[in-house]
Amino acid sequence: MAKIRGAVVVDIEGCKGCGVCTVACPAKVLALAKEVNGKGYNYAYMQNPEACIGCESCAIVCPDGVITVYKVKVD
Amino acid sequence: MAEITLKDIIKEENLVYKRSEIMTGKTLSYCPGCGHGTAHQIIAHTIQDMGIQEQTIGISPVGCSVLMYDFLDLDIQQAAHGRAPALATAIKRVMPEKFVFTYQGDGDLAAIGTAETIHACNRGENITIIFINNGIYGMTGGQMAPTTLEGMPTATCPYGRDTSIMGNPLKITELLALLPGTYYVTRQSVHTPRAVRQTKKAIRTAFENQKLNRGVSFVEIVSNCNSGWKLPPVKANEWMVENMFPFYPIGDMKVDGKIVNK
Amino acid sequence: MKKELRLMKGNEAVAEAAIRSGADAYFGYPITPQSEVLEYLMAEKPYERTGMVVLQAESEVSAINMVYGAAGCGRMVMTSSSSPGISLKQEGISYMTGAELPCLILNVVRGGPGLGTIQPSQSDYFQATKGGGHGDYRMIVLAPASVQEMYDFVELAFDLAFKYRTPTMILSDGIIGQMMEKLEIGPQKPRRTPEEIAKQCPWATVGKPKNRERNIITSLDLSAVRQEEKNLKLQAKYKEIREKEVRYELINCEDADYILVAYGSSARLSMKAMDILRAKGVKVGILRLITLFPFPTKIIKEITPKVKGFLAVEMSCGQMVEDLRLAVEFKKPVEHFGRVGGMIPSPEEIVEALEQKIIGG
Repeated sequence: MAKIRGAVVVDIEGCKGCGVCTVACPAKVLALAKEVNGKGYNYAYMQNPEACIGCESCAIVCPDGVITVYKVKVD
Repeated sequence: MAEITLKDIIKEENLVYKRSEIMTGKTLSYCPGCGHGTAHQIIAHTIQDMGIQEQTIGISPVGCSVLMYDFLDLDIQQAAHGRAPALATAIKRVMPEKFVFTYQGDGDLAAIGTAETIHACNRGENITIIFINNGIYGMTGGQMAPTTLEGMPTATCPYGRDTSIMGNPLKITELLALLPGTYYVTRQSVHTPRAVRQTKKAIRTAFENQKLNRGVSFVEIVSNCNSGWKLPPVKANEWMVENMFPFYPIGDMKVDGKIVNK
Repeated sequence: MKKELRLMKGNEAVAEAAIRSGADAYFGYPITPQSEVLEYLMAEKPYERTGMVVLQAESEVSAINMVYGAAGCGRMVMTSSSSPGISLKQEGISYMTGAELPCLILNVVRGGPGLGTIQPSQSDYFQATKGGGHGDYRMIVLAPASVQEMYDFVELAFDLAFKYRTPTMILSDGIIGQMMEKLEIGPQKPRRTPEEIAKQCPWATVGKPKNRERNIITSLDLSAVRQEEKNLKLQAKYKEIREKEVRYELINCEDADYILVAYGSSARLSMKAMDILRAKGVKVGILRLITLFPFPTKIIKEITPKVKGFLAVEMSCGQMVEDLRLAVEFKKPVEHFGRVGGMIPSPEEIVEALEQKIIGG
């Protein structure tokens, strides 16, 4: 059966750690890191990358446009 | 079958979403989680999708989004406070074949620029107006806006808006929907993926309508102001749903020149 | 070519000149004594004659901001109003100066302050020549003294506005705006094509093609360093304007002992006063100011040693006279005569003022 696998890339230095993506993600993939970026923000990262379905929800709600989304069909 | 790795997924051919090329890439000046950013991304994607960068002139207001011209890779004029619809009127009339949009906050559009807003709408200028309503003056430090809710505290109504003293919050979008010059009037938000998709459709419609020359297309976006509301971003969005949406309900008010009966 | 002559009001001459000089747009709001500009344009339908846009705005504030929008697209655009309306336009004029946008603003001055009167006056000299709105700026100010000049200065004002990328004002008054005179009008010039506009105004916001940086029209720069540079750039522009754009007319000044300094209607009234004085044997000349900014300081400095005194004649309580005094540097007597509030001085009053304040003084 075909399965969808996704992945996101967060531009860590562009992320302001607002967390809007973490609540937008239906698969609970994203979380805010304990570490901070150069601006002092706890940036978003894939805490649970296996669960990502590449739905783009995180990316389209990101005010700063720092999330890029990839998706593949896996047979 | 071998286990698929992130490296296998993150490849150019698998790309499904990235920031619009219409964004300049300059870091947005907005606070973390601010809906202005999301609205900018939507406008940029819409212009990219329609392939109209070369035909589009934007107008930035006075307020937090005054620097919109730093973020959108478009020809942009920056207007005096509230005057964006006057600029848009002239730009569209001297270049009717172009796409012209204003981007304005609540203070800009519904207080100081009320006359310009109402008359541009009433004349039926063939333009798009994008109205960000977060019920507060963001840039100047969180003062009362025309759209501040009853009881809502701000820097200039620290004990909450007392309507007996400060007057009532203004539902300007409802008012504009009644004018014969508006063709499309809708109220949306950008706090969830679903809301963003709806808003993107609304903004696309608002731009496409300029091809019809039927009047103003007006998209209100009820948004947040985390700093002004003194709430963390996610909490601010929850507060918005609980408090702003009941007074400023989401949905179309006028479509194809006809009032939507609810 | 055969001359085309017309009998027109000053306000109508401005409107016809705008159409014939190939203007792209006019935005205005009715106010006495200049409503004929918009009335004439709407009657003439320039949108059919040349494609020129004409729109009655909801206020002077809106009209000047429409001017901002069209000017930002490199268009030849103008507005007109009278004193109280010009006060409302000051916000937009300041923004246009900051954004370096060319435009033409006609002020057919009436008496003030406040709602004042609808009668003619010259009491907006300070507002026109010293900036008017907020910030450190000037406007080029032209002062027509006839219906012919109302016509001719439209194209001149547009030329100067585009040459220096700055708002330019025609400072007229209720007499010149309302009176009818014979004038010669020029041929219809074609409006510039979008290609010509893009070439003349590479800064214009007309939509960003792939092969150029985006154009931004703004007066904002939050960096104090850059904002200071911007201010100094504007000042350099004004310096160049002071050097190159001074315009005036000397009438009977070669042998003059006394000079009447005046502009617009006051210059016309001073002509008659000069005739009366010359008939009495008093050698009087007139310096008629055509540009109020830039002020013709240099010629005044040249005249000063040759004369016994100056009388500034203006329909105000004494505004232009201050610039005259600065130019004369107290080397010769400088006095002021004016009627205000819509009252028009008679030539006899001007004669009397010169005799009492300067000759007898």
